[in-house]
Amino acid sequence: MKTKTPSRLEKILAAGHLAVTSECGPPRGSDPVVVEKKAALIRDHVDAVNVTDNQTSMTRMCSLAACIRLKQMGVEPVLQMVTRDRNRIALQSDILGAACFDIYNILCLSGDHQSFGDCARGQNVHDIDSMQLLQTVRRMRDEGKFLGGDDIGRPPQMFVGAAANPFADPYEIRVPRLAKKAAAGAEFIQTQCIYNLEKFEQWMAEARDRGITEKVYILAGLTPMKSAGMARYMKNRVPGMDVPDEVVQRMADVPKEKQPQAGIDMCVEAIERLKEVKGVAGFHVMAIEWEEKVPEIVERAGLFPRPEV
Amino acid sequence: MRLSYPTDIRIVRVPCTGKVDLIHILRAFEKGADGVSVVGCMEGDCHYNSGNFRAKKRVDQARKILDTVGIGAERVRMYNLSSSEGPRFAQYAEEMAEMIRELGPNPVRKTLQRENHQTGGER
Amino acid sequence: MIVADKKPLEEIIEQIKDCGRLLVLGCNECVTVCEAGGKKEVGVLASSLRMFFLKEGREVKIDERTLERQCDPEYMEEIRNVADGYDAIVSIACGVGVQFTAEHYPRQRVYPGVNTCFMGATEARGLWTERCQGCGQCILAETGGICPVARCAKRLFNGPCGGSTGGKCEISKETDCAWQLIVDRLQALGKMADYERIAPIKDWSKDRAGGPRKIVREDVKE
Repeated sequence: MKTKTPSRLEKILAAGHLAVTSECGPPRGSDPVVVEKKAALIRDHVDAVNVTDNQTSMTRMCSLAACIRLKQMGVEPVLQMVTRDRNRIALQSDILGAACFDIYNILCLSGDHQSFGDCARGQNVHDIDSMQLLQTVRRMRDEGKFLGGDDIGRPPQMFVGAAANPFADPYEIRVPRLAKKAAAGAEFIQTQCIYNLEKFEQWMAEARDRGITEKVYILAGLTPMKSAGMARYMKNRVPGMDVPDEVVQRMADVPKEKQPQAGIDMCVEAIERLKEVKGVAGFHVMAIEWEEKVPEIVERAGLFPRPEV
Repeated sequence: MRLSYPTDIRIVRVPCTGKVDLIHILRAFEKGADGVSVVGCMEGDCHYNSGNFRAKKRVDQARKILDTVGIGAERVRMYNLSSSEGPRFAQYAEEMAEMIRELGPNPVRKTLQRENHQTGGER
Repeated sequence: MIVADKKPLEEIIEQIKDCGRLLVLGCNECVTVCEAGGKKEVGVLASSLRMFFLKEGREVKIDERTLERQCDPEYMEEIRNVADGYDAIVSIACGVGVQFTAEHYPRQRVYPGVNTCFMGATEARGLWTERCQGCGQCILAETGGICPVARCAKRLFNGPCGGSTGGKCEISKETDCAWQLIVDRLQALGKMADYERIAPIKDWSKDRAGGPRKIVREDVKE
């Protein structure tokens, strides 16, 4: 498949390799070292690193700045951009800011409601939604035009992605929503973290039936469990998460000090199983505040070293 | 039954305490009443189904307002009893009167009396 | 209707405590229906304020009046002859009424007695919920009669977001997910194909963002 941008992630996917991405959360402060340290732990084991955008509405260093730091240290960033905090002027403006530093990947999201974060009394913007943001980036890139219609000097060359949750409510629209994102311009998808492999495989089957896997690269999201407590928490308290009882049981069956390793083992096994699923183009390993485990997961899953493109 | 209860209680009869509106309670205090008790049927036994529940809510609203304006929530309360309980009525009446005597006169009375004195007659 | 809620009595007292002659002005329409600013509420507020002043030892004239509406000049004129008898008016109409009262009676201090909240409907007595935010370009035909601008916490046009759980919004288990409602409606109407249409970017210039709005109808103007 031909590539449209200089994105390394796109090149890897286009060449038919399984891609590996991971995630890095910027600090609640301005220290660049925090970002650099996290990135350094994973840089050789992934093709690109997502930088979250004021995740859970907690004010943090902006994703764009952290992405620039990553770029400067030679790591390929994926700029996560939510529509909660910026109107269409600021969104387009930040996209150009990212393009100015040759950031070649963007993930378009709505963003958690501000009531979850530290500024619950603030306004939310949502001038456009994530679907419309996908359209906007594609228009800026492919037509070289602003939303307003004027030409853009040196249009952004960005590989455009969106998030998807194979376990979300309402049930009826899990696959139609994916189709919608593809139609809006998403070129790659990173899913919510998967524990119910069967359900995910079903979702993939429906996506294949509709031809969606021909249009977008789907990266399966995975987060290793650290403990049985974490498994239970994610099962019961996190919306949109499907954690089967067997997963919780497996964590609980093991003594506390062995649980982290069990979590990692399960993650590796999931990758091995999902590698066989047609249409899975790669893996998005989110080991939040546990970045040091990413290399082990990637190596044991047989995905190291990362291919040259 | 010819039981005695305090003479400083004025009785206003209503077919059901549900007929007592918030404004009736407030007006009483506005005009200088020292206390108001709303006496209704036992909960669940209201002759008109839920009139006494409505009255209870209104008494609660009145209490909040009376506290805010500085007259005191304690001056209004709701009692529930069945219409045959003469002795209990007398007991509640005495209880309320005693409590109000302890609280003292409604603070608006001073101003009302002064105004009466100034205008030389009933308002 | 416009739905409002009574301001705390303490707040109103704080505003008017220096007044000597007060008019409590109610409205017979929306605020009557949501039991915040009608004739009954005028009576309760006036009585409460009288007690406050009496307790402070002050004689303050507090009158009560309820107009049919406080958003039409004809009704506002009804108090023209008496307005100068007051130094303040507490209008317990919606924010429109309070402002119209102030415009018509610039010599009196005008205070709001309710917090105006939203355009909504009565779901049951004592329960009013938001339905419309006056965005100026109604899209209800496309969303099965359910408004994502007013009922989705993120006003998504291509929802739901990933936080929708069991038909409820991520912000509260008591808030319906508007997009769940829309999907249910589209299904019931056999219009699920409409779900995949990508709704275009909204023109917010017709909304508050474009500045204070007005409607001019040449066909009915005199």
